[in-house]
Amino acid sequence: MLKVTDLSVSYGAISALGGISITIAAGEIVTLIGGNGAGKTTTLRTISGLLRPKAGRIEFLGEDLARVPAHQIVARGLCHVPEGRMIFANLTVDENLAMGAYLLSDAAAVARNREYVFSVFPRLQERLKQMAGTLSGGEQQMLAIGRALMGSPKFLMLDEPSLGIAPRLITTIFEKIVEINRDHGITILLVEQNANLALEVSRRAYVLETGRIVMEGESKVLRADPQLKATYLGG
Amino acid sequence: MSEFLQQLLNGLSLGAIYALIALGYTMVYGVLRFINFAHSDVFMVGAFLGYYLGKLVPAGTWWGGLAVLAGAMIGCAVLGMTIERLAYRPLRGAPTLNVLITAIGVSLLLESTGQVVFGAAPRNFPVLFPVRNFAVGGLILGSNQLIVIAVAVVLMIALQLVVYRTKIGTAMRAVALNPKAAVLMGVNNDVVIAFTFGLGSALAAAGGILYALNYPSIDPLMGVMPGLKAFVAAILGGIGNIPGAALGGLILGTVETFVGGSQWSTYKDAIAFAILIVILLFRPAGLLGRFTVEKV
Repeated sequence: MLKVTDLSVSYGAISALGGISITIAAGEIVTLIGGNGAGKTTTLRTISGLLRPKAGRIEFLGEDLARVPAHQIVARGLCHVPEGRMIFANLTVDENLAMGAYLLSDAAAVARNREYVFSVFPRLQERLKQMAGTLSGGEQQMLAIGRALMGSPKFLMLDEPSLGIAPRLITTIFEKIVEINRDHGITILLVEQNANLALEVSRRAYVLETGRIVMEGESKVLRADPQLKATYLGG
Repeated sequence: MSEFLQQLLNGLSLGAIYALIALGYTMVYGVLRFINFAHSDVFMVGAFLGYYLGKLVPAGTWWGGLAVLAGAMIGCAVLGMTIERLAYRPLRGAPTLNVLITAIGVSLLLESTGQVVFGAAPRNFPVLFPVRNFAVGGLILGSNQLIVIAVAVVLMIALQLVVYRTKIGTAMRAVALNPKAAVLMGVNNDVVIAFTFGLGSALAAAGGILYALNYPSIDPLMGVMPGLKAFVAAILGGIGNIPGAALGGLILGTVETFVGGSQWSTYKDAIAFAILIVILLFRPAGLLGRFTVEKV
């Protein structure tokens, strides 16, 4: 579904990604783990078109995304839930969800997506008329994911969904991520610092270190890897 | 008492014009975070479009007046979008200071072009709407004043509906809050920004015509002072805040008119601005503005 080949990105003279390759098949949950500054967020931002690559190819459903503007990439079914959630704080929950369906013109599809979002996150339905900025961190994350689901995505990229969320809610959010993948066959690329959790829910994983992929494979194999354990999984 | 009401009415009709112009400043600031100094000259072009279009319709008729108003609004919407496309869009991503200086350049360009094309001498604005004066109690209500208030109210309600009840309006607010996140929803920010310029410029054109109805002498530099006042009104209400701009305009117009009608009339601008300074000392973000705190 997504094929990234030798992708390089730099901020001015500073190289952020030095030629990474990632392949994701339809229906998979794949995770990208690594420390701070490894290039995880840069990878997602480049795939969704917010950043432009210096070299390399990004193919989505067989099409090259290199010259496609970011707002048209969404239209192809690739949706990015950014780090820090980026919900529209002074819009209501309802309006945030409506923005998620901005590109859908079919009212029936929008209504169906809303029902689905409410079935996954009932909390959002209770808070519909509330300003999104007044939600708790966990609720904001639910809203960010729900907003992405409103656009009928085929492929969802989640950047640090556990960041700044009460530990009790983190488990819930991860269960929901698995549920979304299972119910609708939405392919998921998950970026996480919480490597334990990410490896638990994903099928395959890539380990990113200073802009390069240093390890890849099945998540359950990586979980047993002694070197990875020492670096990312806390012994 | 009746003098008070009379002045209040005069003030509100002047304030409504400031409010219409201020809305354009505040909406553009909302999506692009810069002050479009050329906005006051779009206001001037609106008045001139009204002048020329006014010659095409019979004077003093309702349909003629409304047609001129609509024509000038459409013309200025196109002008505003053209300015954005040619002058500001190439600078997307450049430091705000560069855009600000460009805006001053566009403003000077419009004023000088106006002097070449329209001539620098003031002209008499035609009578667009039927003119009648009504005496109610001790008050004299000029039809032009009532038209100013009515048109301004209708336009502000329409704007409110566009911004809060339509998809593009929601997108405008979303772009103002977080342009990157809006892109991730599939919003083409350029389209939304162009729409915002069109909307603001149409309101400025309406302001220009309403202003010329009450002060019927127009010239290419006529936008400078009302533009400055409206800019101040936008700041007063809280820049980026749409109801704030309307409120700021009404307050500024009313204060200016009351001071102008008192023994200190020579200092009416000075007093209006002094009040502004005092309000901003206590509410630095403006009356309805808030320092936005973002949860991370």
